[in-house]
Amino acid sequence: MLLITCPYCRMARPESEFHYGGEAHVARPAEPANVSDAEWAAYLYMRANPKGVHAERWRHIHGCGRFFNAVRNTVSDEILATYEAGMSRPDLGDGTKDAR
Amino acid sequence: MADRIAARRSALEGLALPSSAGLASVTDVGVAARFLYRGAPELVAGVFGVELPTTPLRANARLERAVLWLGPDEWLLLTAKADDSTLSATLSNVLHGKPASLVDISHRQVGLVVSGPRVEALLNAGCPLNLDVAVFPVGMCTRTILAKAEIVLWRTAGDTFRIEVARSFAPYAVAFLDEAMHGIA
Ligand SMILES: [Zn+2]
Repeated sequence: MLLITCPYCRMARPESEFHYGGEAHVARPAEPANVSDAEWAAYLYMRANPKGVHAERWRHIHGCGRFFNAVRNTVSDEILATYEAGMSRPDLGDGTKDAR
Repeated sequence: MADRIAARRSALEGLALPSSAGLASVTDVGVAARFLYRGAPELVAGVFGVELPTTPLRANARLERAVLWLGPDEWLLLTAKADDSTLSATLSNVLHGKPASLVDISHRQVGLVVSGPRVEALLNAGCPLNLDVAVFPVGMCTRTILAKAEIVLWRTAGDTFRIEVARSFAPYAVAFLDEAMHGIA
Protein backbone atom coordinates (compact mmCIF):
# COMPACT_ATOMS: atom_id res chain seq x y z
CA MET A 1 0.00 0.00 0.00
CA LEU A 2 1.25 3.50 -0.82
CA LEU A 3 1.74 6.00 1.95
CA ILE A 4 0.69 9.43 0.74
CA THR A 5 1.51 12.61 2.63
CA CYS A 6 -1.58 14.80 2.75
CA PRO A 7 -0.50 18.46 2.62
CA TYR A 8 -3.50 19.47 4.74
CA CYS A 9 -3.22 16.75 7.41
CA ARG A 10 0.58 17.10 7.14
CA MET A 11 1.23 13.43 7.67
CA ALA A 12 1.69 10.25 5.68
CA ARG A 13 -1.56 8.33 5.38
CA PRO A 14 -2.54 4.99 3.84
CA GLU A 15 -3.60 4.94 0.20
CA SER A 16 -6.98 3.42 1.09
CA GLU A 17 -8.06 6.79 2.52
CA PHE A 18 -7.54 8.49 -0.87
CA HIS A 19 -9.19 8.68 -4.25
CA TYR A 20 -7.31 9.40 -7.45
CA GLY A 21 -8.44 12.52 -9.30
CA GLY A 22 -6.70 12.49 -12.70
CA GLU A 23 -4.13 14.83 -14.20
CA ALA A 24 -3.46 18.07 -12.31
CA HIS A 25 -3.21 21.61 -13.66
CA VAL A 26 -5.70 21.09 -16.50
CA ALA A 27 -7.02 24.63 -16.85
CA ARG A 28 -10.60 25.16 -18.00
CA PRO A 29 -10.72 27.73 -20.82
CA ALA A 30 -11.73 31.08 -19.33
CA GLU A 31 -14.29 31.69 -22.08
CA PRO A 32 -15.60 28.36 -23.35
CA ALA A 33 -17.78 30.09 -25.96
CA ASN A 34 -14.68 31.52 -27.64
CA VAL A 35 -12.66 28.33 -28.09
CA SER A 36 -12.82 25.98 -31.04
CA ASP A 37 -14.31 22.51 -30.81
CA ALA A 38 -10.82 21.07 -31.06
CA GLU A 39 -9.57 23.20 -28.16
CA TRP A 40 -12.59 22.27 -26.06
CA ALA A 41 -12.17 18.59 -26.86
CA ALA A 42 -8.48 18.86 -25.92
CA TYR A 43 -9.47 20.37 -22.55
CA LEU A 44 -12.14 17.73 -21.93
CA TYR A 45 -10.49 14.57 -23.14
CA MET A 46 -6.80 14.84 -23.93
CA ARG A 47 -4.41 13.89 -21.13
CA ALA A 48 -0.63 13.45 -21.08
CA ASN A 49 -0.65 9.94 -19.58
CA PRO A 50 3.16 9.82 -19.33
CA LYS A 51 5.33 6.87 -18.49
CA GLY A 52 7.29 8.50 -15.69
CA VAL A 53 6.79 11.66 -13.64
CA HIS A 54 3.21 12.90 -13.58
CA ALA A 55 1.44 15.70 -11.69
CA GLU A 56 -1.99 14.50 -10.62
CA ARG A 57 -4.89 15.27 -8.35
CA TRP A 58 -5.76 13.18 -5.33
CA ARG A 59 -8.48 13.56 -2.76
CA HIS A 60 -8.09 12.63 0.90
CA ILE A 61 -11.69 11.52 0.87
CA HIS A 62 -11.65 9.41 4.06
CA GLY A 63 -9.56 12.02 5.89
CA CYS A 64 -9.73 15.79 5.66
CA GLY A 65 -11.79 15.49 2.47
CA ARG A 66 -9.58 17.89 0.49
CA PHE A 67 -8.27 17.72 -3.05
CA PHE A 68 -4.52 18.28 -3.44
CA ASN A 69 -1.82 17.56 -6.02
CA ALA A 70 0.90 14.94 -6.10
CA VAL A 71 3.88 14.38 -8.37
CA ARG A 72 4.17 10.63 -8.87
CA ASN A 73 6.37 8.43 -10.97
CA THR A 74 3.92 6.22 -12.83
CA VAL A 75 6.57 3.53 -13.34
CA SER A 76 7.86 3.11 -9.78
CA ASP A 77 4.72 4.52 -8.04
CA GLU A 78 7.05 6.70 -5.98
CA ILE A 79 5.37 9.89 -4.84
CA LEU A 80 7.94 12.66 -5.22
CA ALA A 81 5.95 15.57 -3.78
CA THR A 82 2.49 16.54 -2.60
CA TYR A 83 1.20 20.10 -2.41
CA GLU A 84 -2.01 22.02 -1.80
CA ALA A 85 -4.58 22.58 -4.52
CA GLY A 86 -3.99 25.91 -6.25
CA MET A 87 -0.22 25.80 -5.86
CA SER A 88 1.93 25.44 -8.96
CA ARG A 89 3.86 22.30 -9.69
CA PRO A 90 7.10 22.25 -7.66
CA ASP A 91 10.44 22.14 -9.46
CA LEU A 92 12.05 18.89 -8.37
CA GLY A 93 15.21 19.70 -10.31
CA ASP A 94 14.72 16.71 -12.61
CA GLY A 95 13.66 18.63 -15.69
CA THR A 96 10.05 17.43 -15.50
CA LYS A 97 8.44 20.59 -14.11
CA ASP A 98 7.30 21.86 -17.51
CA ALA A 99 6.48 18.42 -18.88
CA ARG A 100 2.89 17.50 -19.47
CA MET B 1 -57.94 5.57 18.00
CA ALA B 2 -54.76 5.13 19.98
CA ASP B 3 -52.09 7.79 19.48
CA ARG B 4 -49.07 6.54 17.70
CA ILE B 5 -46.02 8.53 18.62
CA ALA B 6 -42.71 8.04 16.89
CA ALA B 7 -40.10 7.07 19.44
CA ARG B 8 -36.44 7.81 18.76
CA ARG B 9 -34.30 4.69 19.02
CA SER B 10 -30.52 4.53 19.04
CA ALA B 11 -28.96 2.65 16.14
CA LEU B 12 -27.11 0.67 18.80
CA GLU B 13 -30.29 -0.55 20.46
CA GLY B 14 -30.41 -4.32 20.58
CA LEU B 15 -26.77 -4.71 19.57
CA ALA B 16 -24.45 -6.63 21.90
CA LEU B 17 -21.36 -4.44 22.31
CA PRO B 18 -18.23 -6.60 22.47
CA SER B 19 -16.11 -6.69 25.58
CA SER B 20 -13.28 -8.94 26.65
CA ALA B 21 -11.75 -8.66 30.11
CA GLY B 22 -8.12 -7.56 30.04
CA LEU B 23 -8.23 -6.77 26.31
CA ALA B 24 -10.73 -4.13 25.30
CA SER B 25 -14.35 -3.11 25.58
CA VAL B 26 -16.79 -1.23 23.38
CA THR B 27 -19.44 0.95 25.02
CA ASP B 28 -22.10 3.36 23.84
CA VAL B 29 -21.23 7.07 24.12
CA GLY B 30 -24.91 7.68 24.79
CA VAL B 31 -26.78 10.80 23.80
CA ALA B 32 -24.86 13.52 22.01
CA ALA B 33 -25.52 16.56 19.89
CA ARG B 34 -23.29 16.93 16.85
CA PHE B 35 -22.74 19.78 14.43
CA LEU B 36 -20.58 19.95 11.37
CA TYR B 37 -19.20 23.46 11.05
CA ARG B 38 -17.41 24.94 8.06
CA GLY B 39 -16.19 28.50 8.17
CA ALA B 40 -13.82 30.74 10.07
CA PRO B 41 -12.90 29.20 13.46
CA GLU B 42 -13.20 32.45 15.43
CA LEU B 43 -16.87 32.91 14.55
CA VAL B 44 -18.17 30.14 16.82
CA ALA B 45 -15.46 29.66 19.48
CA GLY B 46 -16.99 32.31 21.75
CA VAL B 47 -20.53 30.96 21.91
CA PHE B 48 -19.43 27.34 21.89
CA GLY B 49 -17.01 27.91 24.74
CA VAL B 50 -14.19 25.87 23.27
CA GLU B 51 -11.45 27.17 21.01
CA LEU B 52 -11.52 25.54 17.55
CA PRO B 53 -8.16 23.83 16.94
CA THR B 54 -6.34 25.14 13.88
CA THR B 55 -3.57 22.57 14.18
CA PRO B 56 -4.50 19.67 11.88
CA LEU B 57 -5.86 16.48 13.49
CA ARG B 58 -6.30 17.94 16.95
CA ALA B 59 -9.31 18.10 19.26
CA ASN B 60 -10.06 20.53 22.07
CA ALA B 61 -12.36 19.43 24.88
CA ARG B 62 -13.76 21.35 27.82
CA LEU B 63 -16.39 20.14 30.26
CA GLU B 64 -18.96 18.29 28.16
CA ARG B 65 -18.07 19.94 24.87
CA ALA B 66 -15.46 19.11 22.28
CA VAL B 67 -14.32 20.38 18.89
CA LEU B 68 -12.56 18.05 16.50
CA TRP B 69 -10.52 19.30 13.51
CA LEU B 70 -11.69 17.40 10.44
CA GLY B 71 -10.30 19.60 7.66
CA PRO B 72 -8.69 23.03 7.11
CA ASP B 73 -12.06 24.77 7.47
CA GLU B 74 -14.16 21.96 8.90
CA TRP B 75 -14.85 20.96 12.50
CA LEU B 76 -17.08 18.52 14.36
CA LEU B 77 -18.71 20.10 17.42
CA LEU B 78 -19.86 17.65 20.10
CA THR B 79 -21.91 18.11 23.23
CA ALA B 80 -23.31 15.56 25.64
CA LYS B 81 -26.94 16.65 25.26
CA ALA B 82 -29.53 14.61 23.37
CA ASP B 83 -30.87 17.55 21.44
CA ASP B 84 -29.02 20.81 21.69
CA SER B 85 -31.55 23.06 20.01
CA THR B 86 -30.51 25.98 22.23
CA LEU B 87 -26.94 25.68 21.03
CA SER B 88 -28.16 25.23 17.48
CA ALA B 89 -30.13 28.47 17.67
CA THR B 90 -27.25 30.36 19.30
CA LEU B 91 -24.79 29.20 16.67
CA SER B 92 -27.21 30.00 13.85
CA ASN B 93 -27.59 33.52 15.22
CA VAL B 94 -23.88 34.31 15.31
CA LEU B 95 -23.42 32.83 11.84
CA HIS B 96 -26.32 34.69 10.26
CA GLY B 97 -25.13 36.45 7.11
CA LYS B 98 -21.62 35.02 7.44
CA PRO B 99 -19.96 32.76 4.83
CA ALA B 100 -20.24 29.63 6.96
CA SER B 101 -22.16 26.39 7.13
CA LEU B 102 -23.59 24.64 10.17
CA VAL B 103 -25.33 21.27 9.89
CA ASP B 104 -26.96 19.45 12.78
CA ILE B 105 -25.86 15.82 12.37
CA SER B 106 -26.80 14.72 15.90
CA HIS B 107 -28.80 11.75 14.71
CA ARG B 108 -26.77 10.92 11.62
CA GLN B 109 -24.12 9.05 13.57
CA VAL B 110 -23.53 7.23 16.82
CA GLY B 111 -20.61 7.30 19.21
CA LEU B 112 -18.68 4.35 20.58
CA VAL B 113 -16.03 4.35 23.30
CA VAL B 114 -13.37 1.74 22.66
CA SER B 115 -11.06 1.21 25.59
CA GLY B 116 -8.61 -1.23 27.11
CA PRO B 117 -4.97 -2.33 27.15
CA ARG B 118 -5.22 -3.86 23.65
CA VAL B 119 -7.27 -1.09 22.10
CA GLU B 120 -4.73 -0.28 19.36
CA ALA B 121 -4.60 -3.91 18.22
CA LEU B 122 -8.39 -4.06 18.19
CA LEU B 123 -8.76 -0.94 16.04
CA ASN B 124 -5.84 -1.88 13.79
CA ALA B 125 -7.82 -4.92 12.70
CA GLY B 126 -9.66 -2.48 10.44
CA CYS B 127 -7.88 0.88 10.68
CA PRO B 128 -4.61 1.25 8.74
CA LEU B 129 -3.25 4.18 10.80
CA ASN B 130 -0.31 3.86 13.17
CA LEU B 131 -2.06 4.12 16.55
CA ASP B 132 1.07 4.06 18.68
CA VAL B 133 0.64 6.77 21.31
CA ALA B 134 3.84 8.47 20.08
CA VAL B 135 2.33 8.88 16.58
CA PHE B 136 -1.36 9.17 17.50
CA PRO B 137 -1.25 10.93 20.88
CA VAL B 138 -4.07 11.79 23.27
CA GLY B 139 -6.09 14.64 21.76
CA MET B 140 -5.47 13.58 18.17
CA CYS B 141 -8.49 12.99 15.94
CA THR B 142 -9.13 12.27 12.30
CA ARG B 143 -11.57 10.92 9.81
CA THR B 144 -10.34 7.52 8.69
CA ILE B 145 -11.65 4.06 7.89
CA LEU B 146 -12.55 1.02 9.96
CA ALA B 147 -12.64 -1.87 7.48
CA LYS B 148 -15.31 -0.74 4.98
CA ALA B 149 -16.80 2.02 7.13
CA GLU B 150 -15.73 5.64 7.35
CA ILE B 151 -15.31 6.77 10.95
CA VAL B 152 -14.04 9.67 13.01
CA LEU B 153 -11.43 8.46 15.47
CA TRP B 154 -10.43 10.51 18.53
CA ARG B 155 -7.98 9.43 21.22
CA THR B 156 -9.39 10.72 24.49
CA ALA B 157 -6.95 8.89 26.80
CA GLY B 158 -3.92 6.62 26.50
CA ASP B 159 -6.06 3.49 26.25
CA THR B 160 -9.34 5.04 25.09
CA PHE B 161 -10.69 6.14 21.72
CA ARG B 162 -14.03 7.55 20.69
CA ILE B 163 -15.42 6.44 17.35
CA GLU B 164 -18.13 8.34 15.52
CA VAL B 165 -19.77 6.28 12.80
CA ALA B 166 -22.81 6.76 10.59
CA ARG B 167 -25.87 5.15 12.18
CA SER B 168 -26.41 2.97 9.11
CA PHE B 169 -22.90 1.59 9.56
CA ALA B 170 -23.22 1.08 13.33
CA PRO B 171 -24.28 -2.61 13.19
CA TYR B 172 -21.42 -3.27 10.77
CA ALA B 173 -18.83 -1.46 12.92
CA VAL B 174 -19.99 -3.27 16.06
CA ALA B 175 -19.95 -6.66 14.31
CA PHE B 176 -16.49 -5.91 12.93
CA LEU B 177 -15.14 -4.99 16.37
CA ASP B 178 -16.73 -8.14 17.81
CA GLU B 179 -14.93 -10.24 15.21
CA ALA B 180 -11.68 -8.35 15.79
CA MET B 181 -11.99 -8.95 19.53
CA HIS B 182 -11.65 -12.68 18.84
CA GLY B 183 -8.58 -11.96 16.75
CA ILE B 184 -6.65 -10.23 19.56
CA ALA B 185 -7.60 -12.72 22.26
ZN1 LIG C 1 -5.83 15.12 4.65
